[in-house]
Amino acid sequence: MKVYSFSEQSYPDAWFDDAESLRVSLPNQHCDPEIASRLYNRYLDEWMLADELGLNIIVNEHHATATCMSASVHLTLAILARQTKRARLLGLGTPIANRNDPLRVAEEMSIIDVISRGRLEMGFIKGVPYEIVPANAKPVHVMDRFWEAHDLILKAMTTHDGPFSWEGEHFQYRSVNIWPRPYQQPHPPVWSSSSSPGSSRALGGRGYVIATVMTGYRAKAVFDEYRNGWKNAGRSQRAPLDRFAYMGFVAVGKSEAEGLRRAELVKSYLQTNTQELSADQHAGGRAVQESTRLHGRERRRQAVSTRGLARPLSPDDDEGRQAAR
Amino acid sequence: MLDRIDTANSLTEIAGVRIELIKRGTGRPLLLLHPAIGIKSTDRVIDELARSFTLIAPSHPGFGRSELPRAMTTVDDLAYFYLDLMEAMDLREVVLAGVSFGGWIAAEIAIKSTERLSHLVLADAVGIKLGGREERDIVDIFTTRQSEVDQLAYHDPKIGAVDHATISDEDAHILFRNREATALFAWSPYMYDPKLAGRLHRIRVPTLVLWGASDHIVSPDYGRAYSALIGGAQFELIEDAGHYPHIERPDLFTRKIVEFVSCS
Repeated sequence: MKVYSFSEQSYPDAWFDDAESLRVSLPNQHCDPEIASRLYNRYLDEWMLADELGLNIIVNEHHATATCMSASVHLTLAILARQTKRARLLGLGTPIANRNDPLRVAEEMSIIDVISRGRLEMGFIKGVPYEIVPANAKPVHVMDRFWEAHDLILKAMTTHDGPFSWEGEHFQYRSVNIWPRPYQQPHPPVWSSSSSPGSSRALGGRGYVIATVMTGYRAKAVFDEYRNGWKNAGRSQRAPLDRFAYMGFVAVGKSEAEGLRRAELVKSYLQTNTQELSADQHAGGRAVQESTRLHGRERRRQAVSTRGLARPLSPDDDEGRQAAR
Repeated sequence: MLDRIDTANSLTEIAGVRIELIKRGTGRPLLLLHPAIGIKSTDRVIDELARSFTLIAPSHPGFGRSELPRAMTTVDDLAYFYLDLMEAMDLREVVLAGVSFGGWIAAEIAIKSTERLSHLVLADAVGIKLGGREERDIVDIFTTRQSEVDQLAYHDPKIGAVDHATISDEDAHILFRNREATALFAWSPYMYDPKLAGRLHRIRVPTLVLWGASDHIVSPDYGRAYSALIGGAQFELIEDAGHYPHIERPDLFTRKIVEFVSCS
């Protein structure tokens, strides 16, 4: 088993419980660049330590949110490519259906792979629904765009005899010829995330690493469908375990009671997913959960008064407990 | 999503696409192009218009129960589909009326060909860009809360309110299909074609531009400017109506069209 160190590079001081939205529309007046700078450097330091300790690294991206300041997987990976020595560097992932320019994705990933001497793991993701607004990406035919971008990126990485043209439904290029070519041949390993049987089968068919996040008991169905796709593609061996990645949320305490108490705090992190502007605009709507709104004004006052401390919320500190609730 | 909706016996194949089509009444044909919220056979405007016209009210490809061919991705595609439909049904001297998103399609049809049209009616139509690059002419339904959209769209928001907790699964699927199709055709540029305003001069049939006086989705001023781009177009407000005057004032909406057609 391989273990990856993951951080969303959050900006906890702006996690206001009474904000209408923590995503998409939270004004960046709540981002103090001084604090942001300390946080970014702290997260990078933590990954440097992870590298020393023999852990691998996952970087993700979101946009227009205090929950994740990483607006580009590739920028963070570019820093880590140079600064770390041993860790596998996984971007999970690059939302290629939301990128206007997949050729640029291929170029940037190749640079990261070359500088890191072949340590890049490429994660291609569809992206969560609320990312379509900041990306301005059309929320229809997303998977068609995803696979066309994927095909183009891989062809760009594996074509070495000069320019080719691409005239697809979604992307058109007259001359694709990337420099550098990737360090790993024929291309860096491909990952993708999935929580649905259909896309799991597609990933199994291609033999990519499938990552699933917080799927709990559904993870079995997701992985089973991957295995079906793997087998249906005509492979005689069972899918090896290194094709399967799982991210769960774990709370650690000195006693069971403490662990459970912290788990409740961790759980509240997930509620930020529902704390979004468009939460009630869909039929059958996902309403903003009342519990995320508790102590909002109190929290805002505290956040303002503790500016400059620049530390991620710890469940052991009162402020952290309030904010997480 | 169409596979979750019962389409048995409800679709008609026209110009190669199986669509849902309401046809009612006698007399001169009136082709009604619905807004992004779709159209229902129980909408009062259907009966009102059918008293004076042979009313033909299709659901656009991708909306309601109508199929969506994979190749259809733009309002231009819809406009060509309706040109094909008028030819396939051999409609002549057609009164073409479109509301909101349907008005955009109607305008795109009329700049291409008015051969089969006698009159054009645009009600609270979208489709053109008038303001500056930092002004939005049309409220973005994709980033505005539904409750707020209802407030802005209706003179009396109670008329438009949908209780999502109690509507049938079928109606919920149609609601989502309409929304999905709207995103397909109007996502970005949002609800307009940058080329349309410059082509409206090509419309040479008598044109009536109707606008709900309480429309806060697209203002009456936008309507007046739209109207001014079409030679000889007549602009009229409909009182006590918002963005969907055919829903809020089906009687007045119909009367204004009947009067316009009979005297121009």
